[in-house]
Amino acid sequence: MIEQSGIDAGDDTATNAPEDLAREAATDADQQAVSDTEEAAAAKVDSELKQILCDVLGLDADDVADFDEDTGLFGHLPELDSMAVAGLLTEMEDRLDIIIEDEDVDGEMLETYGGLLGFAQTKVAEG
Amino acid sequence: MISQWTCTRKKGAASSELALQFDGDAAFAEKKLLILPAIFDEANKMRRQTMLLMRELNAAGLASALPDLPGMNESLQPLSSQSLTQWRADAVLAAEQLGATHVLAIRGGALIAPTSLPGWHYAPASGARLLRNMLRSRILASKEAGREESTAQLGEMGRKDGIELAGWQFGAKMFGELQDAEPETSDQHSIIAQSDLGGAGLWLRAEAGDDMAQVKALAALITNTLMPT
Repeated sequence: MIEQSGIDAGDDTATNAPEDLAREAATDADQQAVSDTEEAAAAKVDSELKQILCDVLGLDADDVADFDEDTGLFGHLPELDSMAVAGLLTEMEDRLDIIIEDEDVDGEMLETYGGLLGFAQTKVAEG
Repeated sequence: MISQWTCTRKKGAASSELALQFDGDAAFAEKKLLILPAIFDEANKMRRQTMLLMRELNAAGLASALPDLPGMNESLQPLSSQSLTQWRADAVLAAEQLGATHVLAIRGGALIAPTSLPGWHYAPASGARLLRNMLRSRILASKEAGREESTAQLGEMGRKDGIELAGWQFGAKMFGELQDAEPETSDQHSIIAQSDLGGAGLWLRAEAGDDMAQVKALAALITNTLMPT
């Protein structure tokens, strides 16, 4: 912006100022929009993942709505055996449009809701 | 009613297989629905739902038949010597013997549904999708037991020698066919998506369950077409 003021040397800085301000505002708005989009995307993954858990565990949305970072999954919920976890991961692939590699799957990622959500959000963000 | 049908093949002896049948209402006797159920792990998840559907159709007057194909369910034939190609031929034979006029294929059942009969594919699944789930289940179970296995390694084993996945023994031919199998559709078949029924597919459930609202929605889609009032 300073450079531009220099290039437009004959101009009154007062006339440039509003443009600069507008540009600045636009940049801020862009950044805000980007962060809003990221937040919205992360929230979307959260709600989609909860829906998948509802469908796999046969629970009501209300029960799963209370899942937080520390809610235990694999090893904590008896119905989540290896076949059910496989189904969960495969359904995540289909609904979130991601690919889960063998090496992505580890105990930490599956142990808590927070672990699984963080994994899914990273995968989705990577596109 | 549980009846029997005889599966004859070009090679090997004929096998006697069971079929679950509902007679429906004599007034609609000219129509009968062949049901090709979900297969492998999903068969267990969908069994009760499929049964409830047959009862619901019967109550509406529509006859239906659910045959075991060799290697499925109560069949005495080993799964490891079956293939999708063979099952497709068996399904045509079962349809003829059981007098089916229409077909409803559920999930992986769509991979072996006769294209000669009009009907529906409910939430058809590709062979690759079914395999992916079972391979992943085996890898997870092995990991828990302290063994490292990979999809690539198991895939190679499956294609070469056959493989056991989630308790199902697949021969090399079945495994290889599943990798590429897609539901066969024709102009005669309509697809019923899960979203048409509402709720989530019961095959996703960690523990098998049932959903009467979905049963009624699915039965209504079929009877509205086959039994216009």
